[in-house]
Amino acid sequence: MSDLDGFRQEIRDWLEANCPAEMREPARDEADICWGGRNFKFKNPAQKAWLEACVAKGYTVPDWPEAYGGAGMSPAQAKIWREECARIGARPPLSSFGIWMLGPALLKFGTEEQKVHYLGEIARGEIRWCQGYSEPGSGSDLVSLQTFGEEVIDPVGGDHWVVNGQKIWTSYADKADWIFCLVRTDKANTYQGISFLLFDMTTPGVTTKPIKLISGNSPFCETFFDDVKVPKHQIVGQLNRGWDVAKYLLGHEREMISGAGGGDRMNAIGAVVARNGLDDPILRAELAMFDVDALAYAAMGEKFLDEAKVGKAHPAQPNMMKYVGTELNKRRHELLMAAGGATALEWDSERTNGGTPARSWLRTKANSIEGGTSEVMLNVVAKRILELPGA
Amino acid sequence: MPLDHTEDQAMLADTVTGFMADAGGIKQQLRHFRDMDCKDGFGHALWKQFAEMGLTGMLAEEADGGLAMGHVEAGIVLKEIGRNLTPSPFLTTSVMGVTALSGGSDDLRGRWLPGVIAGDSVLAIAIDESPKHRPERIACRAEKAGNGFRLSGSKAFVVQGASADAIIVAARTSGSDSDDDGITLFAVPKDASGISHENLRLVDSAMASNITFDNVELDGDCVIGDVDGGRALLNKVLNAGRIGAAAELTGVGQGAFDITTAYLKTRKQFGKLIGEFQALQHRAAHLYSELEIATAAVIKAQQLLDGGSEKAELMVSVAKAKAARTCNLAVREGVQMHGGVGMTDEYDIGLYMKRDRSLGEFMGDQYYHAERVARLNGY
Repeated sequence: MSDLDGFRQEIRDWLEANCPAEMREPARDEADICWGGRNFKFKNPAQKAWLEACVAKGYTVPDWPEAYGGAGMSPAQAKIWREECARIGARPPLSSFGIWMLGPALLKFGTEEQKVHYLGEIARGEIRWCQGYSEPGSGSDLVSLQTFGEEVIDPVGGDHWVVNGQKIWTSYADKADWIFCLVRTDKANTYQGISFLLFDMTTPGVTTKPIKLISGNSPFCETFFDDVKVPKHQIVGQLNRGWDVAKYLLGHEREMISGAGGGDRMNAIGAVVARNGLDDPILRAELAMFDVDALAYAAMGEKFLDEAKVGKAHPAQPNMMKYVGTELNKRRHELLMAAGGATALEWDSERTNGGTPARSWLRTKANSIEGGTSEVMLNVVAKRILELPGA
Repeated sequence: MPLDHTEDQAMLADTVTGFMADAGGIKQQLRHFRDMDCKDGFGHALWKQFAEMGLTGMLAEEADGGLAMGHVEAGIVLKEIGRNLTPSPFLTTSVMGVTALSGGSDDLRGRWLPGVIAGDSVLAIAIDESPKHRPERIACRAEKAGNGFRLSGSKAFVVQGASADAIIVAARTSGSDSDDDGITLFAVPKDASGISHENLRLVDSAMASNITFDNVELDGDCVIGDVDGGRALLNKVLNAGRIGAAAELTGVGQGAFDITTAYLKTRKQFGKLIGEFQALQHRAAHLYSELEIATAAVIKAQQLLDGGSEKAELMVSVAKAKAARTCNLAVREGVQMHGGVGMTDEYDIGLYMKRDRSLGEFMGDQYYHAERVARLNGY
């Protein structure tokens, strides 16, 4: 116990010395989030300094091994890191699909060479990743995906696949450097005919087209592959066994979307709303009920992470977390809109920072669709956790 | 600290789970004592067994013959009590009563704790004065009289009041009804003259009493803690009762859920197991999620209470509200998914519904605690 107390003090001192004051304020908009990557423009020197300080210590991925750019923290130490960051309101130094999704999959399925190379780039924020999963005809029924990789034996240029097809809802494809992509490599097998490939988004034949959403923003893209050449060594796991990698990664994606890691998804909102006046008793009651659920869910997030990090959580538990976390977040924004009244309806005014309440509210509607719909989550819980018949 | 049981706590859970399922099961306890119209609403032989297991004094200090455990451990016992609908005076006696006595003198603890720990005595808690839980307002008065006090007024919903050897009474010794100060706790022996009981059987077959105190003369040594300064101790007792009831509710909810999912896997209609229907699968999966969350909220509150955290008070109300709401969903879905047989006395699911209703009310319902969450959050 005293070892952990000493560790906590060490982290506390380090944060005090290294986390800039500007990085202890809540992120206000997208530009406040550090995504890293080749083309990332830091919003201010503090954002850059905070990332660099964390990279130097492995704190962007505290529980990854040191050899792969992490700090090698135990589950108990990583919890202390999260608690101490939360205590001073420190922003995550780096937000990244590499950290949340690809990294865990590489740690489990990658070769040693892949781990050293790709995980290091992710930890240092050098490469920004996007996810090539959904296709126009393959949403909830993801395994029906059709993007095809044709095997080419090439003694001169090296064996490779030539990939053709289309992905959709690719988050930040237009800003990403590399993609982790599900590609059919055997048309005769549904589940055992998919491979998990990695490739550079600047490879000839890759194009992206942002999709305008109801929020007016375009975080998602259509991504097209036209004779894209992918070298053979850029596969994760075995040929035609990419579905195993894909499913494992989905667990981490669902954990990410659930908000279990902390942040504003866990917070009560009544007190914040009340600062601008709260004279409607029915709304107040709804806020109180919401706060009960939000604070209970925060405890669930903590319990889930504690169990997941030591392998005690049911492998399908992220599905439950995603279902509850996203439904709660939608409810949060419905209540914030109701509390905001006409002001929250403003679409591009300065005082709403360009319609942030309305656009955020609309954005949350994707939460219970992306990464598996609430209905699919409930199916998985019914089948894998409750073991109900025929599910 | 991980939000999970330690190894010792997991071992305790194993032991208690087996014990309660064997000795405290629905057929041999709840149904048995209900059907014989037992005036106490529980079996004293089982209470003796609680003592032999070391459960009766788990929250008492070692110097008092207890085990000096915390709310996490008490919650482990209460969850199993809930799962088996075991009728027992554990919550009022060993959780709330022992918490109250912990604020009392050596003499007072020496007078009551040995009997509790031995499984010979029962304690009841008299706080509420109306059908709804409103402990902010206490009108029952104890006036100074010689070396002691004279107690007058009435208390409602005193669970186990019928069988209690002593009643822990929150009374007003100064100020007006809604003052924070001026509260004193008393350990009132059942045979003090001037006490009258109206013993009532509740919907869940438990016994509760409306108690009237008519100029009951009390010695000064019946006072628990400080005269007029009892609010802090009262809050401790309330926290213990609320988180205890929340833990028991998660057990009731889990028990209802388990028998319901088992039913979904055996009952056939339209040539299929009804658990194959997606309409029911989704509702079961939703209920599972809510039960997991309620359980997490309860252990979080227990750990905060045991650690003496200033955030404990808020989390206790979160836990009670969440557990009550969730358990209520579990029993309603349970009866509905059982269909017609869910309405029969023969099936146990209805017993869960009754217990939920009673426990949900005890020490503040979900609405009371949601209101409290709002106030503690400053709105």
